[in-house]
Amino acid sequence: MTEEIIIAGFGGQGVLSMGKILAYSGVMGNKEVSWMPSYGPEMRGGTANVTVIISDERISSPIINQFDTAIILNQQSMDKFEKSVKPGGLLIYDPNGITHHPQRQDINIYQIEAADEAASMGLTKVFNMVVLGGFLKLKPIIQSEFIRKGLEKSLPKRHHGLIPENEKAIEKGKEIIKSVHQLN
Amino acid sequence: MKGNEAFAEAAIRAGADGYFGYPITPQSEVMEYLMAEKPHERTGMVVLQAESEVAAINMVYGGAACGKRVLTSSSSPGISLKQEGISYIAGAELPCVILNVVRGGPGLGTIQPSQSDYFQSTKGGGHGDYRMIVLAPSSVQEMADFARLGFDLAFKYRNPVLVLSDGAIGQMMEKVELDEQRPRFTEEEIIKNTPWATTGKTKDRERNIITSLDLDSAKQELHNHALQAKYKLMQEQETRFEMISCEDADYLIVAYGTSARISQKAVDLLRAEGIRVGLLRPITLFPFPTEIISKLADQVKGILTVEMSAGQMIEDVKLAVGCRVKVEHFGRMGGIIPSPTEVVEAMKTKIIGG
Repeated sequence: MTEEIIIAGFGGQGVLSMGKILAYSGVMGNKEVSWMPSYGPEMRGGTANVTVIISDERISSPIINQFDTAIILNQQSMDKFEKSVKPGGLLIYDPNGITHHPQRQDINIYQIEAADEAASMGLTKVFNMVVLGGFLKLKPIIQSEFIRKGLEKSLPKRHHGLIPENEKAIEKGKEIIKSVHQLN
Repeated sequence: MKGNEAFAEAAIRAGADGYFGYPITPQSEVMEYLMAEKPHERTGMVVLQAESEVAAINMVYGGAACGKRVLTSSSSPGISLKQEGISYIAGAELPCVILNVVRGGPGLGTIQPSQSDYFQSTKGGGHGDYRMIVLAPSSVQEMADFARLGFDLAFKYRNPVLVLSDGAIGQMMEKVELDEQRPRFTEEEIIKNTPWATTGKTKDRERNIITSLDLDSAKQELHNHALQAKYKLMQEQETRFEMISCEDADYLIVAYGTSARISQKAVDLLRAEGIRVGLLRPITLFPFPTEIISKLADQVKGILTVEMSAGQMIEDVKLAVGCRVKVEHFGRMGGIIPSPTEVVEAMKTKIIGG
């Protein structure tokens, strides 16, 4: 198993930390992982993205241009990465703020209204965990016990009290993700 | 762990006595990690933010002269500022470790990854006939491993060791296994292990003088001969490389660092198409793995070097190969990282079909 994922959105949406939690969870589940962020000008106010690879084997290149899954959280990232999903791959996006919806016919497309859901939970900060839940529903590559360990590892100790809220958000994400375009 | 953090933690665990640096993207996490980790409480190691790169390298010069395990880190423009000090350290034959997390240039360039400092690193970025051992990590694990290996080689040869990384390896996170904490040298051990160091004159020996200056040309030439003999010994004993899928290869890629990781994926993609390609990854850039490349040149039909530069290492590959087979370069510049599919394309158009 090798899963090559790009997560892309605005800086501040929790893109990098979502990738980090995914990567740490992979480590806890004894997988090989790599986490390659964008850093620099785009991280300082524009779009941010991170490439996460989770695999049973040694990872060759941490830098890739074709992805099994793209998780897209703003329009700029949609413009940039819709075309980078491998044929037959998966695109997950939050329609909030998206004006040009994805058009590809050769991939599976899912929507997750994570921003609205997080707001209605009264916890806008768990937005990224709602999205992560949606992803894990479709690609259960990591068991939930390792996700918990991944949360423990990547959140500072003083925030460990928030882990149950994060787990709740992940569960919510699993419930609300919905198919938009399905390959036969 | 990020590559920069792994290097910093490994330096503490290697028993380093002091780090002197000045922040610059994309290597600032080295000093940030060290400051947060407070190694002065763990091992007594000093971490100091100097007022400039020039000050930092001269603090390293001073620490090394006292027989201490000292290091510094920076990124390309900052490393350029350190060159005078590096040349002095090489001339005075002092051990130290220098990390360059390379970003695109020239000038201030960009903060994105590049490999355009190969010439500076391997051919002497400062003045004079000197060489450094240059270690090129291609993973977060090697960022950690080479901090310790760097100190061991530096003290073995009384020579600066450069760890030549880049922004991608510095910033990315991977799994890493760290060595156990090695104790710092005690004052007694320093006096015993490094009898040349300026540890305070005792009655039973001459003064130790650390300098790179000798105005007597005859003596300066002798000193240069001794340095060259040392560099030759490094070439005989310290050449390191990794071979991936080379046994049956018809074509070869030579790449180091981040480019080697990308090329490894390209090798997989090409082999899936039935094209037998191998990867030779130099781990030491000086000494360069000339011999093995020369040997592989008898086996393969063509060689592609992949570098994030206009083509610098290719000169050393060509020296190793002579004119026996075609050698071409593929690379991106200015902070752009090539993709595995671009490398596949370059292999097909420049080498196989070219």
